[in-house]
Amino acid sequence: MIISEQKPFDELLKKIGRRSVFLFGCSECATLCHSGGKRELIKLKKKLIAAHVTVTGWVILEPACSLTNNEKIFEQYKDQIDQADALAVFACGDGTQVVNSLFPKKSVISGTNTLFLGVKSTITSYQRRCNMCGTCIVDEFNGICPITRCPKHMLNGPCGGSEKGNCEVYPDMRCVWEEIKEKAEKLGNYHSIFHNVQPAHDWSQSHILKKER
Amino acid sequence: MMKTDLQQVLNQGHFAVTAEIGPPKGSNPQSIVRKTEQLNGFADAFNITDNQTAVARMSSLAGACIVRQQGMEPVFQMACRDRNRLALQADILGASALGIHNMLIVTGDHQSKGNHPHAKGVFDIDSIQLISIAKNLRDMHIFENQELLKSKSPQIFIGGVSNPFVSSIPLRVDRLEKKIRAGADFIQTQSVFNLPRFEEWMDAVRDRNLDDQVHILAGITPLKSVKMMQRMKYHVPGVDIPDSLEKRMLDAEDVQEEALLLTDELIRSIKSIKGVHGVHITALFWEQKIPEIVKKSGLLPR
Repeated sequence: MIISEQKPFDELLKKIGRRSVFLFGCSECATLCHSGGKRELIKLKKKLIAAHVTVTGWVILEPACSLTNNEKIFEQYKDQIDQADALAVFACGDGTQVVNSLFPKKSVISGTNTLFLGVKSTITSYQRRCNMCGTCIVDEFNGICPITRCPKHMLNGPCGGSEKGNCEVYPDMRCVWEEIKEKAEKLGNYHSIFHNVQPAHDWSQSHILKKER
Repeated sequence: MMKTDLQQVLNQGHFAVTAEIGPPKGSNPQSIVRKTEQLNGFADAFNITDNQTAVARMSSLAGACIVRQQGMEPVFQMACRDRNRLALQADILGASALGIHNMLIVTGDHQSKGNHPHAKGVFDIDSIQLISIAKNLRDMHIFENQELLKSKSPQIFIGGVSNPFVSSIPLRVDRLEKKIRAGADFIQTQSVFNLPRFEEWMDAVRDRNLDDQVHILAGITPLKSVKMMQRMKYHVPGVDIPDSLEKRMLDAEDVQEEALLLTDELIRSIKSIKGVHGVHITALFWEQKIPEIVKKSGLLPR
């Protein structure tokens, strides 16, 4: 899922300024990672009101990343949305832009930072798993993505900065190359990964703007 | 095919010395000129670092050019952090055109560790891929996209780095072997402080006859002060300074004298290790000591 986190409350207040706001959440990823679900929006509404911000209403989109699903919902909230000076969105960057395109006359505030496509590893922690580069090579590394999980995107790792098997950049995390090595030893393909020079990655699909189906 | 001085020294089986010159945080060429004047005649070639430790400085290509103008031989360092494959290939061709023929290729420290932590890291390719691209430019006359060069291919002596001190020795040696397979002609190692570990790594290197396939230059860094030693020990990724060495420095009456003594001991020990073909001296903020170090360790004349 898309992992996002709410922006710090003070930063949010600064963005809102003296404007009244209507809040949007999302029923999917933002609910699962607690950045824009029902519970978070109710809590946020109370905090905003306590900070003297006028909140005209709130709604959870189902989901925020769909341009087509939410028309009925908007009918119901039309007045509240009209009354608001700005729309604050607590979903991923995609959801925020969906709201923007549905309400072209309104100013939109992104209430979250969208972090990565990842996995929920415990109730409170998430890990990056995919950079969506458009040319998947995960199977060539035994189901582990070095482009995503190495901060230097190295395909011929590990780098010289990893210490005691941990990442140079995030020393509390295991170097992904240690994991690739362990799996390769189990599957018996260590040689093909660690002896053969892995060629430069194809980034040509990493910037595509649309896909027709 | 032309050969660089460094290449000739190594090919003839002499013990080589390279030394590092960090470009300034400014545009005055004099700081490099001054260093070249101090160091002329004390090393075979001089590495010019490329935004080392992810700190922005004068470009390594410009620095290498200044060294060249002084009639000395540069080793142009290239990090994959700041440039993509177009820019890196362009610089390889440009460097060769400017008479700069030694290159050292590294992936580079992550930008989050440097002085512009908000920068976007490029990391389009890694060091091993760039070594292979450089070799193909030179030997196959092709760009990374397989297109043929339209004029002279670059004349380059290709270097890589190796860190014997992190993760398991077999993994480090496998990676060294990969660099050789990709096209590395010489290797400069991370600074050696942990001699037993370095010897263990060299044993593994010799076991696979890799010392016959590549020239290995061992990294040497005189530790100018306790502060610098502790910064390297605790904050620089990939550096292995044993506790016993830390204690020796802490107990020393004259830290700088002790540091030079230790450096001399290390160079003499390393020189006797079979398969090591030279030393690469990185005297951070202490370049003026390099002549003394080289003289004392019996590495003159160059």
